[in-house]
Amino acid sequence: MLPLASESPLGPLLPEHPEELFVGVVLFLIILAVVWKVVVPMFEKTYAERTAAIQGGIERAEAAQAEAAAALEEYKAQLATAREEASRIREEAKAQGAAILADMRQQATEESSRLLANAKAQIDAERASAVNELRTEIGGLATTLAGRIVGESLDDDARARRTVERFIADLESQPAEHA
Amino acid sequence: MGGLTRLILPLEGAAWPPGEHSFASRPLFPGVLPDWVNNHVAQAVIGAILVIVFWLWMAKGQTIVPGKKQAVGEFVYDFVRNGIARDILGPDFRRYLPFLVALFSFILVNNLFGQFFFFMFPTFSKIGFAWGLALLAWLLYNGAGIKKHGFVGYLKHATLPAGVPKPLWPLIIPLEFLSNIIVRPLTLGLRLFANLFAGHLVIMVFVVGGTLLLTATESLGGFPVPLLTVAGVVSILFSFAIFALELLVGSIQAYIFTVLTAQYVSSAIAEDH
Repeated sequence: MLPLASESPLGPLLPEHPEELFVGVVLFLIILAVVWKVVVPMFEKTYAERTAAIQGGIERAEAAQAEAAAALEEYKAQLATAREEASRIREEAKAQGAAILADMRQQATEESSRLLANAKAQIDAERASAVNELRTEIGGLATTLAGRIVGESLDDDARARRTVERFIADLESQPAEHA
Repeated sequence: MGGLTRLILPLEGAAWPPGEHSFASRPLFPGVLPDWVNNHVAQAVIGAILVIVFWLWMAKGQTIVPGKKQAVGEFVYDFVRNGIARDILGPDFRRYLPFLVALFSFILVNNLFGQFFFFMFPTFSKIGFAWGLALLAWLLYNGAGIKKHGFVGYLKHATLPAGVPKPLWPLIIPLEFLSNIIVRPLTLGLRLFANLFAGHLVIMVFVVGGTLLLTATESLGGFPVPLLTVAGVVSILFSFAIFALELLVGSIQAYIFTVLTAQYVSSAIAEDH
């Protein structure tokens, strides 16, 4: 123990050895140099890298999100197009069906009217032929009837009338073969 | 190896009652090297080496995702970086960060030496070391202020708060000069020294006194030997609580010294308001 410390009125407030101060300063400056030149830069570099990595991660995530949103958008657009297409096709089919139906109906109408016309023509022809035949036959019958009337008695009115009535009844009872 | 045994014999020759003499340094090589090459200087050197090794080890092989070791390093580093430097100094903190990191770790390690079984002595209870750091802190904050405001500008900035009416200037300027330029480094050094000096003294009272009581073989001051033994046991047990308290005090003092240094720098480089 040096007398300096204990004998001074400042007691322990004065360094026992003034060199303590010097040693403390030098040691601190050495630590400071190491911390300044090596430790702090290395820590800060790591921190900067970490910040960059986190920021990069966030940016990547954002890009992925944007990409996903774009894909969704595209998909939705495609879906809308497909829907439109489908409805267009449906409309087309409907229109086509209606056209086919109308066509068919028209064809059927034409066919039926054609058949009708045919039938009518046939009936007309048959009727004409029947009328012709009838005319011929009625002529013959009239002749026959006249002959009979004449052959029997021409002045017997009652008889003549009966004959005519019988003739007509015969006519009526005869089946209409060519109606 | 006279040097080594002189380094690691804590409380050697502790005479009762403990006092200023208990803090006397033991020259490591008396007669060969000057007396200031003593155990306390040696432990300060060891403390500095530990700090440097710790930081170099922690700074080595850092990765973006920290492992266990790096998490410890970053915890200590961030404690000073974010908890002290950035909080107090704002965006400018990077310039002063190395000083604060070095300051905090150097003081903390040397304070913990007070509880470390190898030395059992807080280095900064030797006031020379505390004065050294206070001097550096004083140079730092005044230098920062002068660099920012110029010499005259800084003197004005440091001694004349804005808005003081002219008649008060003769009173305020000397007071502010005293407070900001003279007293700050003194209180900085004294606070650190006195806390550790007193803490170490209290520990010695309990440990050395307890040992004396425990090993008493004849009644002392009218107290019988068994009572003295019991008192010794209680005293030794209580010293553990004091040790815990001193761990806290040592850490707090390292923190306070660093915070105040940052605070002084911050006020020196502050814009005039």
